[in-house]
Amino acid sequence: MAVASDQQPVDLRDPAGWRRAKNRLATGGMWFAFLCLLVPLGFVLVTVIAKGAGIISWQFLTSSTIPPSVLPASFDGMGAAVVGTLEITGVAAVIAIPLGILGAVYLNEYGGNRPLARLLSFLSDVMTGVPSIVMGLFIFTIYVLHFGYSGFAGSLSLACLMLPIVIRSSYEMLRLVPDDLRQGSYALGATKARVTVTVVLPTAIGGIVSGALLAVARAAGETAPLLFTILTVEATNPNLFSGADTALSTQIFVNATQPYTGAVARAWGSALTLIAIAFILMIVARLVTARFNRYSR
Amino acid sequence: MEQPERDVVEQTVSTNLPRLETRVQRPSTAPGTTIFDVRNVSIWYGSFKAVTDVSLPVYEHEVTAFIGSSGSGKSTVLRALNRMNDLVPGARVDGEMRYRGADLYARGVSATAVRRRIGMVFQKPNPFPKSIYDNVAYGPRINGTRNKGHLDEIVEKSLRQAALWDEVKNRLKQSGLALSGGQAQRLCIARTIAVEPDVVLMDEPASALDPIATLAVEDLIRELKKNYTIVIVTHNMQQATRVSDRTAFFSVLTDSKNDTRTGILVEYGPTQQIFEDPHDARTQAYVTGRMG
Repeated sequence: MAVASDQQPVDLRDPAGWRRAKNRLATGGMWFAFLCLLVPLGFVLVTVIAKGAGIISWQFLTSSTIPPSVLPASFDGMGAAVVGTLEITGVAAVIAIPLGILGAVYLNEYGGNRPLARLLSFLSDVMTGVPSIVMGLFIFTIYVLHFGYSGFAGSLSLACLMLPIVIRSSYEMLRLVPDDLRQGSYALGATKARVTVTVVLPTAIGGIVSGALLAVARAAGETAPLLFTILTVEATNPNLFSGADTALSTQIFVNATQPYTGAVARAWGSALTLIAIAFILMIVARLVTARFNRYSR
Repeated sequence: MEQPERDVVEQTVSTNLPRLETRVQRPSTAPGTTIFDVRNVSIWYGSFKAVTDVSLPVYEHEVTAFIGSSGSGKSTVLRALNRMNDLVPGARVDGEMRYRGADLYARGVSATAVRRRIGMVFQKPNPFPKSIYDNVAYGPRINGTRNKGHLDEIVEKSLRQAALWDEVKNRLKQSGLALSGGQAQRLCIARTIAVEPDVVLMDEPASALDPIATLAVEDLIRELKKNYTIVIVTHNMQQATRVSDRTAFFSVLTDSKNDTRTGILVEYGPTQQIFEDPHDARTQAYVTGRMG
């Protein structure tokens, strides 16, 4: 054993000096950035929960009339806005998600390098950058001016907002599907449509669904596109296609600007409700992704 | 039909320099029906000529091996046999490629119908991210088999033929991606034969596998020969001698003037003759290991 103890152990650490320092610096920088990111997120959550949790009750979530601003927080609630948000975003999702997925399938599976595909891809990128209020004005000009305010007009403007997000996220997921799988399917005598429906989409569906639900969550919180399209009223509108409607986001906008404590409390409550809806959607997105991905490992 | 009573069918193929002769010898047993009749086929990818002037017949219930160095066009020729090259933008086939007498590249021939009869197993095992059962049932399903009992039968039969049944029969609902490399490749073979093809093309099916899995796949290939005609591309010369009845040796022709490389068929004959008595000096150099 004397021989072994004579031997100096090899130094397998990173070389000292600049290289080791760089590593520490970069790691420290990333931790710092991460903590900085947590600060605003934590503040928003804590504030909204602290100020909004008090007003949340079954009555607040279900009452069909939103009380006048002057009434205190204990009166009625935002049920009408909850219904409006769910209806308007739901219909927007029904419009935008199938269109977006089909668009992404065209871009990735069929379009190739064709001019049309490149144009569509470019336009969808441009559409991502259009301010949401412009979407609202767009629907205002082409729909509201002819058919009047309605929840459906709101759905249309939210769909415009969601469409590029759904296209982009689905497209990225489809691009990740290995070509090997497509070839394996072709080699069994599948047509292109079959390959797309039975192999490509099922392989990518987890990511597509989660991208689509994130787009829905984003749209549910949008205020600007709804201002010009649903007008924001104080009662549940059972007809989505006609007459002014209401939604949580626009109610927050209206109530938070009031001087009355009741209205402000209702705005905080609505904000918390909206965050909860988005949070539930995220969880659903995770569950759905896990469910669809059960064969991918 | 009677086969001509000749020991050696000589076939001369004209290529650009150097002049080549492709000899086709009859193997010990008389060859069966001609499955593929490839005549003067050249294949381009865009303006790049990948292979030049290939002619060879492939016979029924035989294993035909394509050997040769990288870039010699053996995979390209293989992929042309079931029109997989159609999927490559700019790929073009010149010459005549007949399958059981029908021109594969004639107008109106559906690549889908071709691939339904001529299946393919790839170099990298590519099971779908579905259950083992759904992987094997995939082909029959897209071809219209819906009956559950019938599908069960096909799945069991195909997995048995692929020598995988005993290993997976208790976990057919598990993901195909959970299998080891060798099992995954046998699953892909089971998936291919589930549609009862006439021909199975294999593009280096064992090159991503360990030696034991390789031997399992080779045993399987010899077994499958009874029911299918097999064309296999391989880098492994021992593999060619172990599994194939006939061997085609491809090489690269380098044109230093234009700096282009194109694949050519150097020699084609019974595997034993190619390895023990090659007629071409380049074949000899390759099979004895003196040339890449």
